[in-house]
Amino acid sequence: MIQSALSGDLPRSRILSFLLLAIFVALAFAPFLFSGSQPINTAAKICIFIVLVASYDLLLGYTGIVSFAHTMFFGIGGYGVGLALYGWGPTWTSAGLGLAIALVVGAVLAFVIGLLSLRVRAIFYAMITLAVASAFAILAGQLSEYTGGEDGRSFRVPPLLRPATVLFDVPFLGVRVDGRILSYYLVFFSALLLLLAALRIVNSPFGRVLQAIRENDFRAEALGYNVVYYRTVANCLAAGMAVLAGAMSAIWVRYTGPDTTLSFAIMLDILLMVVIGGMGTLYGAVIGAALFILAQNYLQKLMAIASEATASLPLIPHLLHPDRWLLWLGVLFILSVYFFPSGIVGKLREMERGR
Amino acid sequence: MSRPVLETQGLTIRFGGHAAVDNVSCAFHAGSLTAIVGPNGAGKTTYFNLMSGQLPASSGSVHLDGDDVTRLSTAARAQRGIGRAFQITNLFPNLSVAENVRLAVQSKSRAAANLWSRWDHHAEWISRAEHYLEEVNLQDKRDLAAAALPHGDKRKLEVALMMALEPHVYMFDEPTAGMSVDEVPVVLDLIKRLKAAGDKTILLVEHKMDVVRSLADRIVVLHNGQLVADGDPETVIALPIVQEAYLGSMPAAVGAGEAAS
Ligand SMILES: Nc1ncnc2c1ncn2[C@@H]1O[C@H](COP(=O)(O)OP(=O)(O)O)[C@@H](O)[C@H]1O
Ligand SMILES: [Mg+2]
Repeated sequence: MIQSALSGDLPRSRILSFLLLAIFVALAFAPFLFSGSQPINTAAKICIFIVLVASYDLLLGYTGIVSFAHTMFFGIGGYGVGLALYGWGPTWTSAGLGLAIALVVGAVLAFVIGLLSLRVRAIFYAMITLAVASAFAILAGQLSEYTGGEDGRSFRVPPLLRPATVLFDVPFLGVRVDGRILSYYLVFFSALLLLLAALRIVNSPFGRVLQAIRENDFRAEALGYNVVYYRTVANCLAAGMAVLAGAMSAIWVRYTGPDTTLSFAIMLDILLMVVIGGMGTLYGAVIGAALFILAQNYLQKLMAIASEATASLPLIPHLLHPDRWLLWLGVLFILSVYFFPSGIVGKLREMERGR
Repeated sequence: MSRPVLETQGLTIRFGGHAAVDNVSCAFHAGSLTAIVGPNGAGKTTYFNLMSGQLPASSGSVHLDGDDVTRLSTAARAQRGIGRAFQITNLFPNLSVAENVRLAVQSKSRAAANLWSRWDHHAEWISRAEHYLEEVNLQDKRDLAAAALPHGDKRKLEVALMMALEPHVYMFDEPTAGMSVDEVPVVLDLIKRLKAAGDKTILLVEHKMDVVRSLADRIVVLHNGQLVADGDPETVIALPIVQEAYLGSMPAAVGAGEAAS
């Protein structure tokens, strides 16, 4: 059963299986395992980024397309659902309509960008996507009448998903089941389904051709594969999945704005997560997203503790000051790329083969 | 004579001012093996690239099964039955040997671009790939990455990719170049079997004259991008221009060929 849910693409490493299982259990039971709002926020963010990073890996790791426009699609999803809920009222119909529009806009944009520019060399393609994404972010910032400009828009979600909605009179496992928990599970199960769907796609005949194109597009073409067609479809699929991640994010944060969805900083985060986890393996997206977001949220706390503990020493407390967390994240990144060039997943699989 | 399977008319490509293939008109028929010979830089590989679509013609045309395919993409020509084994090995380096061949098998299937079925549930592709692996004697290395193969095995895999595409025009570009003496027969036997099937159109660029003599029904000579001779092997080899071209710029190849035959 598991074998077929994973489309036959097993983790192929005991440690990796264990890590994935741990992440799965922690995310599946997050509302019951941890108290307070920060852990559940972190868990939801991990779910959203697993989808976003997996969709990016479809492009970068599986097809070998370097695109910097991925946050644009994330943003289209966020704005699509967010602005619909804001403008047409907090109903499921507006959310669904907003999502449908976002999916169509995302797919059309991905199709046009793909068709026009996937013929050119990879470096030019990367630059074209960068230009389009920047233009889009500027546009979203300037059309403030519709988008709320730099401030973005806060909106209400359908009643069922609001914190004030209590589902059962009696607590379940000691936790009051409210709309917030329901929202979390909407995000969690969407992420799970999308990840399994992505696993199926990369293990389909189509997905295998994507890998062939990544390896040698010239030969793929000589074998009769229309490379532009495959790349364009991959582009649209990845865009669609990023749109869905954006919609999940909007439902969870109940806010949409340029900084949370469109910024180049998020694009960099996605790149780091893919590389740290391991390009060309969707499990890498899971590991990369979980590790990175945990580090982002808890490294500062850890550093504050370490900084206090070493207060009597010279220099070290300054280096460990929480404000330096990005520096340490950078160091961690460089170390991980240096020691695990094929990412954590690649390294773990190598170790398994070596035994 | 029957209609040619593959035909070029006035086919030309210029790089800057230099015509690497210059006004070549030639027709190839089913059931025959044509050797294309000529010194290095004569334009043989470029002529192949024009026919299989890797390079666009400056002028002239390419016809496949009676249709003008000059403007079709490489992929479209491959789908119509042109197979190509490259002079410079061209594989999927980080995929397994078996997967390389399986991808060639998958290409012409209706389910090639299927998004939702599992690749490993298409058992027929896998068994056909296995068959072509055996044809080139690589079945024991099926799980190695293509990049990890020794040179001779890479050449065999290169040929296996074309075979697995099951084309009706086979274009071999120096298939045995750089292979050790004991590996060459695997590839030559394979070409002989193809020829024996009787309905394939086979083009072979080859320097070893003994190989050309034993396999070719016809020899075409290219020189400076131009077709300078075309005919049955005995006649063409006896021509002064061929003697001169071969003895002039490639004494080693002829010497080796004579010694082996
Ligand atoms: N893409 C290219 N750009 C410029 N010149 C080329 C290109 N491809 C081939 N040539 C030139 O065309 C000529 C024929 O090359 P080629 O077809 O490889 O010869 P052969 O295969 O007969 O040894 C050579 O002079 C080569 O330098
Ligand atoms: Mg050549």
